[in-house]
Amino acid sequence: MTEVIHELDTRRLLCPMPVIKTQNKVRTLATGDCLRVISTDPGSLNDIPAWCRINGHDVLETGEAGNEVFVILRVGEDNGALF
Amino acid sequence: MTQATQSIQRRAVALVSGGLDSMLAVKVMQEQGIEVEGVNFFTGFCVEGHTHAIRKKDKDKEKRNNALWVAEQLGIKMHIIDISEEYKDVVLNPKHGYGANLNPCLDCKIFMVNQATLMINKAREFAGDRGFDFIITGEVIGQRPKSQRKETMPIISQESGADDRLLRPLCAKNLPATLPEREGWVDREALYDFSGRNRKPQMALAKKFGLDDFAQPAGGCCFLTDESYSNKLADLWKARNERRYELDDIMLLKVGRHLRPQPNYKLIISREEGENRFLEGYRYQFTSITTVSCPGPLALVDGTFESDDELKQAAAVVARYSKGRVLDEVTLEVRQPDGVARQVTVKPALPEDVPLSWNVG
Repeated sequence: MTEVIHELDTRRLLCPMPVIKTQNKVRTLATGDCLRVISTDPGSLNDIPAWCRINGHDVLETGEAGNEVFVILRVGEDNGALF
Repeated sequence: MTQATQSIQRRAVALVSGGLDSMLAVKVMQEQGIEVEGVNFFTGFCVEGHTHAIRKKDKDKEKRNNALWVAEQLGIKMHIIDISEEYKDVVLNPKHGYGANLNPCLDCKIFMVNQATLMINKAREFAGDRGFDFIITGEVIGQRPKSQRKETMPIISQESGADDRLLRPLCAKNLPATLPEREGWVDREALYDFSGRNRKPQMALAKKFGLDDFAQPAGGCCFLTDESYSNKLADLWKARNERRYELDDIMLLKVGRHLRPQPNYKLIISREEGENRFLEGYRYQFTSITTVSCPGPLALVDGTFESDDELKQAAAVVARYSKGRVLDEVTLEVRQPDGVARQVTVKPALPEDVPLSWNVG
């Protein structure tokens, strides 16, 4: 089981808002932190992992439950904070 | 390139829509050794993903965010920025006016380049050498009738504040040399002179770069260029007697069948299961109508009923789109946002009771 310390609820938001919310949340986290993102947009299962690959974060787990999907990621070396 | 400039890794921010042109612009810069990061702006009007996420008929289409996909193909970082709130002023008060529909393309481009300019200015201030030196876009002269014309190119550079830090690699040879060219950060001779609506040069360049999978060309990515969508937005402003919108408003314009039986109310009727689920989330903001005695759609009521007759009229219209449309009677539930509900039984409207003129969009 992945130890998740942070959670982000993006239910009802549509692409690309779950990705934007994830990006903004990750900017506040430290390298190694784990975040679980919950979404009702099935596209999040493609977009959030793609965003992680581009920005150097690890996807630890993805899954679906009913109308919801989730992605668990671990923050990489650069949390992407611009400034 | 001089010895002095070789030692500094020049960096650019690229406006990436997810279409082919911005993809090529980035690739051209990468070929010249420029390090590129992408920025993609979410205005609320992006066609991207939304309708695919909602509608069942699109379920088989691969769901991907094109900007992210492009970034992955090109190996660049991507910043997706929510500008939907600030963008309202661009849509409501475009200094340079609208295109064929409610698309403020020129103001939009100026706004986006300005946002990128603020970004690189801030980055220079805070990150020094790790900041960005210039901005690139995939603009091509003559590509878009409103924003991408020879005379609008300098307007975008000036009014955005980017000035000569804005480089358009695909048509740079048709324009005066910019700072990156003059300073030798990029080789002007290796840039391009594309112009016009013919997309063959882009296709050839894509082939040269080995790019064979890309999203539809630019312009198809914004709902404001769509006539039907623009008509719905104009109708919304007319009905409210003021030009304003919230993000939820413009999301709802993308979903369902929009009918306006009376000036004071509009029905947004789901057309399938995916839309039903999406509209469900709005039942705490709008009065909603659902069928009780047979399967049927979910409808939101944007506006208010001025009489019981109007409520029954709305119920009859919703019943017309239910499985009970041929029955003598259908029972429906009309629920207020606070959860208070009442049932009504009506005869479903006949086709002739729902004139085409009610269709918004």
